[in-house]
Amino acid sequence: MRKSVLDHLLDWSGRIVLISILGFVLLPFVVVAIASLNDGAILSFPPKSWSLRWYANAFEYRDFGAGLVNSLRIAAVGATIALIAGAGFAYVFNRYDFMFKGLLNTVLMSPLIIPNFTIGLGLLILSTAASLPRSIWLVIAVHVVIVLPFVVRSVYVSLKNFERRYEQAAESLGGTPLHVLLTITLPLLLPGLISGALFAAILSFNEFTASLYVVNQRTQTLPVAMYNYVREYADPTLAALSVIYVAPVAAMLLLVHKFFRLEKVLNVD
Amino acid sequence: MSKRPFLGWFASPSILIAFGIAASFLAIVQFSLRAHIPGALDPGGFTLDNFTTLWKTVYGKAFVTTVLLCWWTALFTLLIGYPLAYAMVRAKSARLRSAILLISLTPLFLGEIVRTYSWMIVLGNRGFLNATLMQLGVIDRPLDLMFTMTGVVIALVHFTLPIVVVMLAAALSHIDRNLERAATSLGAGRIRCFLTVTLPLSIPGIVTATSTAFAWTFSAFATPQMIGGGKVQTISTLVYQVGFASFNFPLAASLSLVGLLFTIAVLALFNTGIHRLERIGAH
Repeated sequence: MRKSVLDHLLDWSGRIVLISILGFVLLPFVVVAIASLNDGAILSFPPKSWSLRWYANAFEYRDFGAGLVNSLRIAAVGATIALIAGAGFAYVFNRYDFMFKGLLNTVLMSPLIIPNFTIGLGLLILSTAASLPRSIWLVIAVHVVIVLPFVVRSVYVSLKNFERRYEQAAESLGGTPLHVLLTITLPLLLPGLISGALFAAILSFNEFTASLYVVNQRTQTLPVAMYNYVREYADPTLAALSVIYVAPVAAMLLLVHKFFRLEKVLNVD
Repeated sequence: MSKRPFLGWFASPSILIAFGIAASFLAIVQFSLRAHIPGALDPGGFTLDNFTTLWKTVYGKAFVTTVLLCWWTALFTLLIGYPLAYAMVRAKSARLRSAILLISLTPLFLGEIVRTYSWMIVLGNRGFLNATLMQLGVIDRPLDLMFTMTGVVIALVHFTLPIVVVMLAAALSHIDRNLERAATSLGAGRIRCFLTVTLPLSIPGIVTATSTAFAWTFSAFATPQMIGGGKVQTISTLVYQVGFASFNFPLAASLSLVGLLFTIAVLALFNTGIHRLERIGAH
């Protein structure tokens, strides 16, 4: 069948629209990359001279290093706690009926609706009222609450597509519940557990708003350190740091895409 | 042997966390009913004053600004996100589909600060956009984009786009293509087929995406704070300011409580909308 003029027109306008939207998505990152190479302390477009000195500055600024260490620790510990609690809850929610099951689910999923600033404020007030110190554990607690729903969802989806027959076979052959759990259930759930934990770690690493409420100078995360830097200095150091930030995130996404296929993970296939 | 092995072991950690969430919510409710003593961090006796204070113009204005931001952001995110999701789902080559998906998703994992800072460089008075337009001679004075609603909306659309694209793509990919084929074989053109078959079938997805866009915009803090620069005051920036500039945590608590109730009300409205649509679709 030959294409009509209208069809060609639609095809081409579709392509132009698609390219402009993708351009809009990428524009800020391209601009930030150009700005990071600007030699002067005051940004100008196009840059009058080029240099890499803001990259050196980003590496040397002590708050960024300390923030990175805090963020990595918080993300690792927080994602682990969220994985244990979230996987356990997804398992009992999928398999059993028990008292207050619906209520427990509502409370645990509520951080999807409650704004992050409210979660941060709530836990700050709570910890002050209980006269707990504003330690790194308070920040971890806030992050666990925020990332838990995503872990639960990821593990729950794996459990729903789970083939129960393998467990039943193992049981009928005399396996104890613990044996079945460790040798059949956990290995089969592994992809869901890994993607849930990864997602939790990325979200926690990026979390800013709720953290701002509960950190202090000693426990500040990398996003909070970056925010404080913009408020004090206008030089392109943060542009350099943004470029450094983009690289590992993009690499990780490509890696996840290669092994899990994002279309499948996001259910858009 | 118990019929529900591991129930206690598996449920306990999440029950503990649920108690923490409930307790922090109660802490907010409790604080919202306490008096503020200037200069002291501990609140005073029980009172309803915080809620009467909220009737003041500053707070009312912040509410209006927030709702306007949510509305414009949701609208433009849908207008941009729909073609993107459509192109992704209908892309003929798998490579193009993956490329669109990766490009739309990357911003989601870059966090609020990197994205907002990047937009500050694009939108600033000496920023990329103004410098380029002035050099091209399109404008002779920089456009006011920083510290304005327009600037905040542009950055918020960018912030909300990935999640909206994912939701719309999920909805579009589950539409039965045979219905479109039937329409085309009966003589409908591509535009007519889209308007009478594809678009109506994707309305539930559009409603879910809109409600998510709304919730995201409502809770956004870094974008209105950094691009609005105090000139665009939303609930989120006001709660932070009231809490950390005046240390009036009782007022901050009541402000977030009212904001939360408002979010729940709007989301419930969207939900009933979806149920209605599904019932219409069932007939």
